[in-house]
Amino acid sequence: MTVTDTTEAVLAYDDVVAAYDPVLGLEVHVELNTATKMFCGCPTGFGAEPNTQVCPVCLGLPGALPVLNARGLESAIRIGLALNCEIATWCRFARKNYFYPDMPKNFQTSQYDEPIAFNGFLDVELDDGSTFRVEIERAHMEEDTGKSTHVGGSTGRIHGADHSLVDYNRAGIPLIEIVTKPVEGAGERAPEIARAYVSALRDLLRALGVSDVRMEQGSLRCDANLSLRAKVPGTAPGSAEQRAVPLGTRSETKNVNSLRSVERAVRYEMTRHAARLAAGLRIVQETRHWHEDTGITTSGREKSDAEDYRYFPEPDLVPMSPDPAWVDELRGTLPEPPPQRRRRLQADWGFADLEMRDLVNAGAVELVEATVAAGAAPAAARKWWSGELARRANADGVELAAMPVTPAQVAALQGLVDAGTLTDSLARQVLEGVLAGEGEPADVVESRGLRVVSDDGALGAAVDQAIADNPDVADKVRSGKVAAVGALVGAVMKQMRGQADAAKVKALLTERLAPADSTTDVTTS
Amino acid sequence: MSAISREEVSHLAMLARIDLQPDELDRLAAQLDVILDAVATVTQVAGEDVPATSHPMPLTNVTRPDEPRPCLTQEEALSGAPAAEAGRFRVPRILEED
Repeated sequence: MTVTDTTEAVLAYDDVVAAYDPVLGLEVHVELNTATKMFCGCPTGFGAEPNTQVCPVCLGLPGALPVLNARGLESAIRIGLALNCEIATWCRFARKNYFYPDMPKNFQTSQYDEPIAFNGFLDVELDDGSTFRVEIERAHMEEDTGKSTHVGGSTGRIHGADHSLVDYNRAGIPLIEIVTKPVEGAGERAPEIARAYVSALRDLLRALGVSDVRMEQGSLRCDANLSLRAKVPGTAPGSAEQRAVPLGTRSETKNVNSLRSVERAVRYEMTRHAARLAAGLRIVQETRHWHEDTGITTSGREKSDAEDYRYFPEPDLVPMSPDPAWVDELRGTLPEPPPQRRRRLQADWGFADLEMRDLVNAGAVELVEATVAAGAAPAAARKWWSGELARRANADGVELAAMPVTPAQVAALQGLVDAGTLTDSLARQVLEGVLAGEGEPADVVESRGLRVVSDDGALGAAVDQAIADNPDVADKVRSGKVAAVGALVGAVMKQMRGQADAAKVKALLTERLAPADSTTDVTTS
Repeated sequence: MSAISREEVSHLAMLARIDLQPDELDRLAAQLDVILDAVATVTQVAGEDVPATSHPMPLTNVTRPDEPRPCLTQEEALSGAPAAEAGRFRVPRILEED
């Protein structure tokens, strides 16, 4: 623990919202999923050996000249359009100058006063079904920085580090920074709105197909700005009187890399700011670091005159002037807005609100859609993805979409269940084989010998054996205690190593153990 | 006509990570004044027929297709580095937060 990790005083949340009006500002950085970097042809794959996806351009070597990635520009414009922004008819890149080894050029190529997209909005659906409009200030293009590892310190953090090691594979990967206008009128729902906004933005970016949007891998990152101002008694959070009160000093919380953390970090900062203000202390304008484990923020660097980036137009990249006809063409490629799409699919599939929300939260909507398209019934597709597969993904700590099974394979698996080849329990074993890379479901059924035994002779023998092994239970059933048959079914299933249809086993047992006066025709051997 | 102050020179020196002594600040402030005046003569040329520009070439929308090109090897990438470790550039300890 470093000295900065001391816990600050906080105020109870109810007291915070009774006395103060929160104003949010959210900055989201999204890494585009282009094949190459923003200004050079280096690949962008995650997890390569350090400094193997670098070239003279992204290493900032003398004489190297950047050239803009056409798909990077296209993605930026599509994001802008999807956020209801105006698209610049003419704009430039700018150099953001600073000394920090994460950029070997000593500047980051970004956009300053001429963003590619500006003045938009995103309508965000909240848990109670209401909608909150978040106004977008701008979306601009820039490049990601290299990755630093700090060596020598006991904590692995920068404080106490002896030296740092830098890998520039990430330097130059296309980034779009999306900045909101001050979000006013959120009131006590500010933390929820912050989360819902990032969630809605993630869904939109995923639907656009422009990014992996993996918060845990850093391809979607959120910085949450928050300030408090005195609440005007007796007015609603978004009232004109409330908006007329000048904004308070803000803090900017970084390292917020899950949706849940966005909500928690905003809530924590509200309680921390309020405690300081209530005690007559000033808010320091600074960067704060969110700590997932302890649920608090600690002071980063103070934002003072060090924030002098001396922006100037990037001379090595020519201005951009997107043809309006092309922009219109791109407008035609926009996906159906995710909330609308979810409502349509939910109606088509006949799912309850809660079932649908579980799918959305698990990131399974597309997977279920594809599974249904491959022939599975919606309910069965939902059962696999939000049940067994969600459980396994969770246990393995991976995204559902990253599980090594395709929607087509899930549909094929369900097809085997529907055809009576597999029981649910056998199907789970087959799934295990598919996940282990043993091939298609039908292959796993063969290789592991997992099909339901339809040979009545073998099944009948197992039934007779179970009755012979458990005479007491058999007598109970004969005397009319039908519920006792369950124990015999279990014995048969065990004998058959699960490869039998339990309903059929029960039917056979019931036939054999029918009371003497039964008219059931016992025909099996 | 321009008057760059000693404080501005000090600020610029800090941003550029150049350690300047007090006497150097005074001397450079005067010199930078002369340089700025000289450069400012360019503004006399700008007019209706000569718009201000950031780029001398009348080009826009220069892009390349999103197709990978060969990279340097790790050895090549690190060959100009004063120090390297574990396939990475080794730099002095960073004081600020990430």
